Parts: sequence; C-alpha cells; structure tokens
Amino acid sequence: MLNKTLNISTSPHIVKGIGTDDIMQNVVWALLPTAIFAVYSFGLSALMVLIATTAACVLTEHYLCKFSGKESTISDWSAVITGLLLGLTLPPNFPVWMAFIGGVIAIALGKFIFGGLGYNVFNPALVGRAVLQAAFPVAITTWYPAFLDNRFSSFSVSTFTAPFMEPTVDAITGATPLSAFKFDHVVTPAYDLALGLITGSTGETCAVLILLGGIYLIARNMMNWRIPVAILVTVYVLSGILHWVDGQAYPPPLFMLFSGGLMLGALFMATDMVASPITPLGVVIYGFIIGLLVVVIRIWGGLPEGVMYAILLANAISPHIDNLIRPRVYGTTKSVKGS
Amino acid sequence: MGLLNFRKSTFKHGVHPPEHKEETNGLPIRQFPFAPLIILPMAQHIGAPSQIVVREGQEVVRGQLLAKAGGYVSVPLHAPISGTVRKIANVPTISGKMSLGIFLEAFPASSQEVMDGTPIDLETATAEEILKGIQDAGIVGLGGAAFPTHVKLKVPEGKKCDVLMINGIECEPYLTTDHRVMLEQAEDIFVGIRYLLKATGAERAIIGIEANKQDAAGLLESKIPEGDPVTVKVVPVKYPQGSEKMLITSVLGREVPSGGLPIDVNVVVVNVATTAEIGRLLPHGRGIQERVVTITGPGVKKKGNYLIPIGTPLRYVLDQVGVDEQVSEVYMGGPMMGVAVSNLDISIVKGTSGIVVFTDKDVKKTEKVYPCIKCGACVDACPISLNPSKLGILAKFEAYERMAEEFNLMDCFECGSCSYVCPSHIPLVQYFRLSKSIVRKRNTTKQAT
Repeated sequence: MLNKTLNISTSPHIVKGIGTDDIMQNVVWALLPTAIFAVYSFGLSALMVLIATTAACVLTEHYLCKFSGKESTISDWSAVITGLLLGLTLPPNFPVWMAFIGGVIAIALGKFIFGGLGYNVFNPALVGRAVLQAAFPVAITTWYPAFLDNRFSSFSVSTFTAPFMEPTVDAITGATPLSAFKFDHVVTPAYDLALGLITGSTGETCAVLILLGGIYLIARNMMNWRIPVAILVTVYVLSGILHWVDGQAYPPPLFMLFSGGLMLGALFMATDMVASPITPLGVVIYGFIIGLLVVVIRIWGGLPEGVMYAILLANAISPHIDNLIRPRVYGTTKSVKGS
Repeated sequence: MGLLNFRKSTFKHGVHPPEHKEETNGLPIRQFPFAPLIILPMAQHIGAPSQIVVREGQEVVRGQLLAKAGGYVSVPLHAPISGTVRKIANVPTISGKMSLGIFLEAFPASSQEVMDGTPIDLETATAEEILKGIQDAGIVGLGGAAFPTHVKLKVPEGKKCDVLMINGIECEPYLTTDHRVMLEQAEDIFVGIRYLLKATGAERAIIGIEANKQDAAGLLESKIPEGDPVTVKVVPVKYPQGSEKMLITSVLGREVPSGGLPIDVNVVVVNVATTAEIGRLLPHGRGIQERVVTITGPGVKKKGNYLIPIGTPLRYVLDQVGVDEQVSEVYMGGPMMGVAVSNLDISIVKGTSGIVVFTDKDVKKTEKVYPCIKCGACVDACPISLNPSKLGILAKFEAYERMAEEFNLMDCFECGSCSYVCPSHIPLVQYFRLSKSIVRKRNTTKQAT
C-alpha cells in the first residue's frame, strides 16, 4: 500500500471556503431584486440600459485582459457588478450608446488602468457615472416617469438615440424627488420613496429592496455592515438637526434617507471592499465622511444629488485612513506611525 | 472597577475552523504495536542534535540511553524498544533535511520491560535537580514545538514566575491527544505540576482548557490533590487559543510584550501532555520512549489515539491503521499549523501530536488565487491585530524591511488564521514565513559585517 506519491502544500491545510468569486456572485444576486423592480417600474428602456452597461463592462474587461496578454478575469464576476451598478444609477431612458460608453469607461479607467480587481482606487461604476455626468449633463438628468402604461411595449424615445447624437428630449419627463425639493421645494412622502413609487434612476427608487439585498449580504458576512450604518446614521442625524433648526428650509431626515441614490450608494457602492478602509474604526470614519458630504452637497451644493461625489471623494482618502488608523498590535504599547 | 472585571476572558479576533474532534475524542488511548524496525533521528527537537553513545551491532534495553544531549539546548534520547542497533546512518526528517539516526531492530520475543534510571525525589530535589532530571528524561514540548522543556522552565536571573500555566487547550482541529491525556492521566499531570511548581518557583498553577473539553475540565477539577495550588480555567473555543501568548491573555489578561517571552509577564507555559510525561518519568528516572498520537482524518480507517513508540516509521503506522486509496496529503500535527509529509520514511518523533490524512476530495482547492480585494477578513482574524492584507501586498513587492519595521511582521507567530479566511486564497502565512526568514537572515549578515 501507499505507493502513491503524496502531495504537499503549506499550512493551513484547510480553508474557510468562501471565495472571492462567491462574494462577487452573491453581490450580483443581492442586486437582482432591485434590477428586476427597475425593469418592472420602468419597462424595456430600463432593461436596455442594464444590458448595455453590463455587456460593456464584461466585454471591456475580457478584451482588455486579452490585449494585454493576460488571462481573462471576467469569471470573478466583479465586472458584472460594476455593470449592474452603473446601469442602476443611470436614468431609465438613458441612450443605450451612452450607457455602453459609460461601461467601457468604468472598467477601462475605473479599474483596468489601476491593475484590475483589487487595485482600483475608486468604485469603478462611479467613475463611469462621473464621466457620463460630465459628458452628457442633459441626458443624465432627464428623468422618465415610472409605471407608464406602454412601458413593456415600447422604448422611450431617447433609448435608441443614434450613437454620438444627443437625444431629443422626451415628450414625457418626470422630476425626481430630490430635484423637486431642490428646485420646487416639494417633499415626496417617505412611504412612496421607500417603496419606489417615484421617478428616479433605474435602480435607485425602491429603498426596501436595496435594503433587503444589503441585509442578505451582511447576514452572509459578505458586506461590511459598518459602512452603510455609519453613512445612514450620519445623514439621518445631520439632516435631522438641520430640519429641527429650520423645518421649512431643510428636508425631513427620512426624506433624505430614502431619496436619490443614498440607499444604493450606502449599501452597494461605498461598500466596495477595495476602495474602502480595512479596519473597523477606519470604516466608520469613512462612512461618516460620506454621510457628511452627502448632506453638504445636497443642501448647500449646486446639484440635487451628491452621493456619487461623496463616495468618490471618500474613496480617495480611504488609503490615508488606513495609513492613519492602525489597530494596536498585540504586545506593543502604541501603533507604529506610518510614513 | 466593575466594568474592568467584565472583560471577556479570551483574546481578540481568531477563527473557528470545524473541529472534527468528535471522531476521536471518545476513543481511549491504545498501545500501538511495536514496529520490527524503528528509526530514531537525532534532530527531533529544537536545538543541537543528540550525540550517539551506542555503536552498530550493540544490544540495548528499552529505556537505555542511546544518545546524550548535544549541549544545553538539547536533550538525550532513550531506546523506545529493546533490540539491536542495526545501523547508524543519515535518515530523512519532516523538514526535508537529513539527520544522523539510529536504526533499531526489535527483539522479537522481548518482554519490553523498561529500564529505570536515577529517580528524582519530589521532596528532596532542588529546582536545579528537577530541571536536570527533565533534561535527562529527554523531555521536549509535546504540543508540537519540541523545544527542550528544561530550557523553557529555567527562570532567568532577575525574573520571577508567579503562574505556571498548563496548556490543555489543543485548539488544532482533529487532534485529541491532550484531551485523552487529561481524561486518562490526571494523576501523572498533578505529579508533573508539583515538579514544575518546584522547578519554576511559581506560586500557583492554572490548567487552561477549551470549552469543548468540559469532561476533561470537570475531571481534573475533581482530582486536584488536597492543598495543591492548582485551578482549572475553561476558556472559549477559538483558534489559536492554544498559542502561549493567546492563552496567557485569555486566562490572566496579561499581554506578552512584542518580541518577548511568557516569563516577561511572570508566566511559564507547559503543555499538558508534557506535564503528564514529567509526572510519570521523573519518579523513576526514566527517559521518554513513547507518546500519544491522534491518528485521524477522512483518509484513515482505524482512527484513534495511540501510544506509539518514538521512532516508529510513519509508513508502518499508516499500514497498521489503514489508509484510503485516494490518499492525497498526510500532515504531521493539525491541519492549521501541521506540516505536509513528503516522505513516508520519516518517523514519529517526540513533537508529533497527530497524523492527519486527507484524501483527494478533502484537500483545499487553491488553484485559483485572486487578487487581494481588501475585504478585511484577515484583519478580523489576526489574533495579534496585524494587517495581513497590507503585509501580503508588501511581501509581493519584497519590501521585507518595511514589513518588519512598520507593520510588526516579526510578531507573527504563523497561526495561519489569515490564510484560512482569505477568500482570494492568498497564501498569506506562507509569504510571512518566507519574509521572516529573509529578515532574520539579513539581520544576521548585518550584524556579522
């Protein structure tokens, strides 16, 4: 017996078993209800946006890997997440060609030039969206109403705008709750916001489904719960104080929580593991900064929405947070200061 | 001060690998058959190898001295069986290095009676005499480290030992050696503790046991001899609870300083099986001849806790217990810190606490290593609060000095918790082992020049 050649490996010889690809896949599953609700409420146009961004991300990653002589990394599912997230932040009537370009940019400029998965400084989906916002300011702020009767039989006028052409403005457009408040001072009821009975970006409308997806990931230990909690608590407390000081000028805190991209951003964008700090305290500081910036931009900034810039800015300082916040190592009296 | 006392009695972080202990923890220790030929490497402990005092062809009696200690940090070796020295030649060891070794052929019909030496009398012996007795008995840490116990017990000038910590944690999955020793050798353990208290001058002894061995904790508690300053402390199940530093923190709330030893916080830690061995051997002046080894894992047919003569070839052991056709890897020690065996012609040595056999389907699948996604799982696992993610990235860039100076690399005791949890399957602890050895090498060359 035992003529067989033994294998050898280094210890530990057992692993916990949850793989990076498992985590990524589960994030996709957690996003699916939100995506399905988006298609349900906005119809075929929203479906086209999601398909365009996801396809663009996956194809870009695949071909960039190929051209640079590396093995394709699409099997880790992270490109799918970027694609879905980008699509969910765009208006449902966004022209498909623009959405596709956003996906290409998200992967190429947001992820690949930094070295691919694990090296991106910013959340790639938000990089894509920021570029789109700068390039197509009108298209990205033209909102399409939800629950149109013909949403499953026809596309919005702008969906199939010819490449490199600006879309003609839809005959029917809607105002988002945030722009309604910013420019007309109308407060949408929190109940409508939570259930998604509103106009908004493709996937930013139903806060309840986004929360459920997040809770699923947190329960499976695949999402750092401290990040969304820190962000949402900060926004709630800060806007609560402002609303208490002047109820006319500042919106109620629940409105702030459930409107715009805050839920999607707090749960699925700010929690990008690569672009967020690694220690528990660092993560709380990071979440606080995002929450603070969201309130500042929304209330005092020129834009109705500030989640994207808040997260991108916090991504940029996250390496510095990690450098400054270092847990005390066992047996030492003080953490060693970084360079 | 109420709040301060509320401290949970365990260390920070850690991991919870599946235990798999129920497969063998109910099986009493059984005597393993004597192999027809046993092979004794001289380097089976940390320190200088033992020096052979017998010649080829010589007949020896069980318990007879075969090799004397090769220095202070070294121990002698005794004959585990009565037989004839067939050959003295280089033999393979687990590390891959060859070591001088003795091939001992058993007398087929010997009664295998043990030869006694000079007893160490507990009442009259001085601390020095006890330490000498422990060295003469060839005792090393049986938990796996195989560091000569008398060296560890020697309290340096100007230091004081107030607590003797008996380590009955056994946090490695699969292993039940210490568990069975505690259940079956309580008397030896308490005798051993008396010797150890005298040798270290400690005021009291605490036996630390993980909560998954309540039966052993209850039994030992009930058997503490009247008037002995011994207590039993049960701590939560968590890997690596059995690490000396973690155990001290869990039980006493003291932190061993970075780069220091337990004695720096007035503690000496001794493994429970080592303690039992001391209690059994010293009253007779005998040398260590056999040890308890858990043989387990999905690839083993007759799992169990066996009393195996030192030097029994691994091939013989696995033949006796029966191994699955699909055997893939064999580990000496537990699956978290044990070493994969490349050669079945090595022997059971004093530090072998377990043999774990994995088949093809049990071996971890690590073909695909993803980049670090900074998920922080390793940061939440590291028992000494290092940042393995950062250290791993620095290791890739070969920034070894920065790892050591800025990120406390040298404090890593290689428990493997980071690699265990890493979703990207990055062999972090392996990076750190290599990095540490490079830093050490560079430091010695720096000192030399």
